[in-house]
Amino acid sequence: MNKESIKSDRPKGEVAVWFSSLGLSLSLILIIGLVSMIFYNGILVFWPDQVVMLEFQKGKGQDVKGSNFIAGEITKQQSKIIKDLNVKLDGLAAQEWQLHVGNKDAYGFSYKFFDMQHLVKESYPQDIILAERNEYGSAIFFAKYLQLKNGDKLNKDDPKFETTLKELTQECKARRKDILQIEKFEIGKINSKIEDIRLEVRALQRKGSNPEIEAKIHSFDAEIKFLQKGYEDLAAKSRVLREKQNENTLHAEIVTGEPMILPVGNIYSFYYPNRLSTVDKISIFTKHFAEFFTEDPREANTEGGIFPAIFGTFVMTLLMSLAVTPFGVVAAIYLREYAKQGFLVRAVRVAVNNLAGVPSIVFGIFGLGFFVYLVGGTLDEIFFSLSLPTPTFGTGGIIWAALTLALMTVPVVIVATEEALSAVSRGMREGSLACGASKWQTIQNIILPASAPGILTGLILAMARGAGEVAPLMLVGVVKLAPELPIDGVAPFVHLERKFMHLGFHIYDLGFQSPDSEAAIPMVFATTFLLIMLVVALNLGAIIIRNRLRKKYQASTF
Amino acid sequence: MNKMTKNTTNGTKEVASEKPDYIKVDNFSFYYGSAKVLHSLNLDIPYKKVTAFIGPSGCGKSTLLRNLNRMNDLVDGIKHEGDIRVDGESIYDPFLEVISLRKRIGMVFQKSNPFPKTIYENVVYSLRIAGRNSKSELDTVVEKSLRGAALWDEVKDRLHESALGMSGGQMQRLCIARAIANKPEILLMDEPCSALDPIATAKVEELIHELKTEFTIVIVTHNMQQAARVSDRTAFFYLGKLIEYDKTEQLFMSPKVKQTEDYVSGRFG
Repeated sequence: MNKESIKSDRPKGEVAVWFSSLGLSLSLILIIGLVSMIFYNGILVFWPDQVVMLEFQKGKGQDVKGSNFIAGEITKQQSKIIKDLNVKLDGLAAQEWQLHVGNKDAYGFSYKFFDMQHLVKESYPQDIILAERNEYGSAIFFAKYLQLKNGDKLNKDDPKFETTLKELTQECKARRKDILQIEKFEIGKINSKIEDIRLEVRALQRKGSNPEIEAKIHSFDAEIKFLQKGYEDLAAKSRVLREKQNENTLHAEIVTGEPMILPVGNIYSFYYPNRLSTVDKISIFTKHFAEFFTEDPREANTEGGIFPAIFGTFVMTLLMSLAVTPFGVVAAIYLREYAKQGFLVRAVRVAVNNLAGVPSIVFGIFGLGFFVYLVGGTLDEIFFSLSLPTPTFGTGGIIWAALTLALMTVPVVIVATEEALSAVSRGMREGSLACGASKWQTIQNIILPASAPGILTGLILAMARGAGEVAPLMLVGVVKLAPELPIDGVAPFVHLERKFMHLGFHIYDLGFQSPDSEAAIPMVFATTFLLIMLVVALNLGAIIIRNRLRKKYQASTF
Repeated sequence: MNKMTKNTTNGTKEVASEKPDYIKVDNFSFYYGSAKVLHSLNLDIPYKKVTAFIGPSGCGKSTLLRNLNRMNDLVDGIKHEGDIRVDGESIYDPFLEVISLRKRIGMVFQKSNPFPKTIYENVVYSLRIAGRNSKSELDTVVEKSLRGAALWDEVKDRLHESALGMSGGQMQRLCIARAIANKPEILLMDEPCSALDPIATAKVEELIHELKTEFTIVIVTHNMQQAARVSDRTAFFYLGKLIEYDKTEQLFMSPKVKQTEDYVSGRFG
């Protein structure tokens, strides 16, 4: 067989296989690259780095506050961007390093690039300490002594130094919780009671004035006074606790030689970064990781955890699914099963498909105008007129955000459900009708269960789109920092009118609205990774349910 | 309804049916859109007998069968002339609820169509949708119907498994069990064996023999041997017209029309 005949025998169009596989590999590489980059950068945030101490030649422009010493975690090592063309450098001297130097209160910055050309010495001091604080980010310092409240001084070389400091930070942590409990919940409870009474008083005042009402208002006055007394007691209690936080102080020195005095109450945790074994590092990593999931954000969201954002995203997506599923499915059932297939139905179908292409911000504006101002405003007038002009439902809230996104994703559900309904075989429908079932009974008992996997696919797509959406949410209820979760322990437990935090918005806020963008970068990656994971988790849940259903309702062939 | 159910116990193969015109197709024409697919048919189907419709594809036999329980109502753009009466009542009576008609007329389809439910739930489907949910009643019906469909011994241990795990022949018999569970008076079978192997076909045919003591059966088939084996009467259709309708032996042994003879002897079709 010669070459010619092989060529002519080859089936036409085989090249298309290569083209299509090329397309697939390209998109796979892009997706894997993106996810792994986000994963790598995101996961690094939690890993405790060594702290390097650098000594530079004096007066070469690398001095910080008049000192040629600096210490910090290396965050970036790169060749110099602005090169001196007259001098040829290589190796370390051609590099510049970005350090996370901490001590923002002392330096005025926490990230800085240093030119390695003027490096004199690089060292990793064993007794340098990295402490996470509740303000100004972390601190990097050498401890000197611990000033205890009973006047004792505990020198840093004292064998009890580290354990005592650890115990004291634990103590402060517990106290911090108590303070939070008092200030957020107990005082909050009193405030809401006072607010309720004020509303009642206002309602009475509006009725006009007669002696009976005056007497009532007076009785309320007494109650308010009583509550205010309770408030003052609590405030005093928290003041005492706050003072206790500052009883013990840690006296230290930062690498520039400047002294630093840290109240122990400010320290969240501390460790010796250059003394850590791998096991220690893993345990710190795990701790950071857990904190990220479970704690509230601190420091303009650049520190601490993102629990409220995870929770907000989750609750909102769930609410959205609850709203969009019945709405979309019912619409699709009517379109596919009941409506007479004519011009009108075709027009509706085209309109629904077009709705999927409307920019999401338009939905946000609609949500603001319709849900928030019209529906919410009306609800306020009817049910919460006493607290007006302060809006209750007439302002952005998680329920309006969920409804807006439901509206935005309803075309996806309608289209998927219609597909699923039309895929149910005619034989099955006829079988049910032949048994004497009505149309609705057939839909309910046969068609809906059989099309459930397809409907769920639509819901998965809708959830993926809804959970990742940011633009419309900014108009209808997302905030940078929500003091309270939409679901909590205060009656009525579910507060749908509350504003909430959202991972997507959190990413935007960290990346572009943060006062310290360098400090925010790692959090941006970690949050992005988490958002992707949340969407994957939601999808995975839906996919597992779908596969179960599919197995159950798989149409058979003989 | 009462009128129809009073005679359910007697009537066997040898005895001539006491209601020779139990289903009366009276000058019936049928259109899909503008296409006329049935031309002025006149046909009397006797009570508790098996009547077979034969004929080449597209001759209208299935269309007529599907009109008997108004299954064609699902199709858009249909029209009919003439009338079909079951036991003297028109099925097109505007006061007749089509659902109650279908409850009286069970149907088995060409392709077995078990629901994606358990075997048990498949059988009791017609009872459930009628709101009959008493456990003991359902259990009795399931056993009776499955025995009636000669399936009980094969599935009695897996009644609560999915019906989709059965073999093709079992599925078709399950559909028969489902169709007879609600005790219809008439059983329509639209090529019930066309997708089955010879063994399963034999089982279904045997079943038809047994079922005709209880039900009036109308069966559409492509298989002339099958028609000859199971039916008491046979109607031959061609191009939407009823060519010949007679006792089965008569039609196969000594057809009166040339076209019938050609068809049953395999010269065309």
